[in-house]
Amino acid sequence: MTDRHAAREEILARIDAATADIAAGVPREIPPQPRTVSTADLDPELMLEFVGALVDYRARVVVRPPEEVAEAVAEVLAEARSVVVPAGLDRSWLSLLEHVEIREDEALSPAELDTVDAVVTAARVGIASTGTIVLDHAPDQGRRAITLVPDHHVCVIRVEQVVADVPDAVSLLDPTRPLTWISGPSATSDIELNRVEGVHGPRTLDVVIVADED
Amino acid sequence: MTTPPLQRTSATFLGMPAFPKAARAALADTQQRRNLAHATATIRAKRAAVVGEVEDWEGLRVAGAAAKDDALHHLAERLEQLEANLTARGATVHWARDAEEANRIVVDLVRDRGAEEVVKVKSMVTQEIELNEALEEAGVSAWETDLAELIVQLGHDRPSHILVPAIHRNRAEIREIFLREMAAVGRPAPADLTDEPARLAEAARLHLREKFLRAKVAISGANFAVADTGTLVVVESEGNGRMCLTLPETLISVVGIEKVVPTFDDLATFLQLLPRSSTGERMNPYTSMWTGVAEGDGPQDVHVVLLDNGRTAALADPDGREALRCIRCSACLNVCPVYERTGGHAYGSVYPGPIGAILNPLLRGTGSDVDASLPYASSLCGACFEACPVRIDIPSLLVRLRSRVVDQSSRRSPEALAMRAAAWTFADHRRFEAAQRAATTGGRLLGGRTVRTVPGLGAWAQARDVPTPPRETFRQWWARTHDDEETT
Ligand code: SF4
Repeated sequence: MTDRHAAREEILARIDAATADIAAGVPREIPPQPRTVSTADLDPELMLEFVGALVDYRARVVVRPPEEVAEAVAEVLAEARSVVVPAGLDRSWLSLLEHVEIREDEALSPAELDTVDAVVTAARVGIASTGTIVLDHAPDQGRRAITLVPDHHVCVIRVEQVVADVPDAVSLLDPTRPLTWISGPSATSDIELNRVEGVHGPRTLDVVIVADED
Repeated sequence: MTTPPLQRTSATFLGMPAFPKAARAALADTQQRRNLAHATATIRAKRAAVVGEVEDWEGLRVAGAAAKDDALHHLAERLEQLEANLTARGATVHWARDAEEANRIVVDLVRDRGAEEVVKVKSMVTQEIELNEALEEAGVSAWETDLAELIVQLGHDRPSHILVPAIHRNRAEIREIFLREMAAVGRPAPADLTDEPARLAEAARLHLREKFLRAKVAISGANFAVADTGTLVVVESEGNGRMCLTLPETLISVVGIEKVVPTFDDLATFLQLLPRSSTGERMNPYTSMWTGVAEGDGPQDVHVVLLDNGRTAALADPDGREALRCIRCSACLNVCPVYERTGGHAYGSVYPGPIGAILNPLLRGTGSDVDASLPYASSLCGACFEACPVRIDIPSLLVRLRSRVVDQSSRRSPEALAMRAAAWTFADHRRFEAAQRAATTGGRLLGGRTVRTVPGLGAWAQARDVPTPPRETFRQWWARTHDDEETT
């Protein structure tokens, strides 16, 4: 305890001495950041950008009206035998799953999750310019581990959740929640810069974008 | 005012030859040069394309530099704010003056939890303090989980690039390393392993997954630490970071005090600057943010070790402190003509390339030959400044550090002055070839044997197998077999 305290005091004193030449209280000039959050709901071009960026990252993307989400989920999970879902997920999305064991996440251990083929979650926000989906692990997205250990992640996002750029997303997020930003499936370029998907995270990322047809 | 203590140059790097000598050896390694040229050119092209997509890249750079400067100029305040927020959210904050203190804190935490192994996210700061070695000494196995770091660790090697640490290894070498080494430390590589990248990645996935699933303690660094919220951020690609940050019961993050950024909003700036500068991607596959303990989700025992280790000494240098803005994106390495030819090992530090050439002398002083030679490891072409997302003026800093080394060397050994010869050698291919010829003399004496220790190369050579130097250079061979006369 005393040791920890001594180290803290000493480092802070070193910093004070090191920055003594800097006039105290110089106000920071924060350059203005764009903060008008526009969503793909209002801007079809954003939607195209989002889909394009997702596809660039080798995510698989489908766009469906709300009444066809269950169909889309069943299609992308045609090969799966088991799927884990968070407690708060909209159950209607799973209504067409046949021959698939559905396990609600009740604090499954990592080893248990390792036996599950896929996971279905909602999302918090999508970023058009980068093709990124952010999860804030609310009840419809579940704990961080469930979107990590199974090899296949199906993520359902509504078009009105998609924003233009990174600052828009940051301004919508709650920093007290754990946050996971996902851009495509897990990937490495460590072997002679060849891109390989699915090193440790999910090998396949399916994104179901829910948008009204008109 | 007392000057804050410098970082001690570690024994591993103290034994290393100064940059000119190390660079000479690296230059003789054609495989490495080919890998590096390919890698840096590829990343450079990708970076240029995605930077071009951003409407006001210059504005972002200015914002990034301003945020970092604000944090550095009010560092004590920001760190106290960070600590208060972390503590309020259930994390335990530790402070470490130097590498030894940081290692002791981590080792004690691991031991107290009765863990015999830890999983690690790629982190340069833990390499800087040589945490793996400290853990091993305490009987704890530390598993690197980033694919490149795994290759480096299994190969008993050192990283050579910030972003792609195993860039000096090709696929055939990686296959051999996996087949030879994996079995001794866990799940063996499949016997029919080929050198296809997908097969190699799969072998790593299976090997590491059993470690992720049973790990009780994980160790990470952080790309950013947000003062006004207490949020830590790790940026990665493979998902090994998420595994370490999410599955174990205990998470220990070692964070250099320069990693702090003032506000959560600043992440908007850095999450645009970093991936585009680093891998040349619009966004990296995974970014994890966590603020202390999240109830029922992830590690419930969360520790943060705030590390000085020479950073306050760099901060005290009004000329040099801007180097602490560095977000370790590696863009400056990829555009550097010197780095492209010598590779990372020649810099004698975990921080290679142009940023290493200024950061290491700032953190460690210029007392050792390796650090005194680093400011000369540059052609001063200015490409690194152009590429740097936080506008660190590396070329000007190098020039200032050079004059410091020269001032010092007039009082020190005459050979220190000779460090300037490095820049001179690089300037002309004939001088370089003469230097290379001098290096091959060693080859003649050794015959065809692979050498593990080369006199004068010290610890650097022990860290990896040095290819036997060719008995003669191509030019010598050509001269001998074609007109029997050595050209100069
Ligand atoms: S000095 Fe700049 S370009 Fe180099 S690694 Fe640091 S942030 Fe990137």
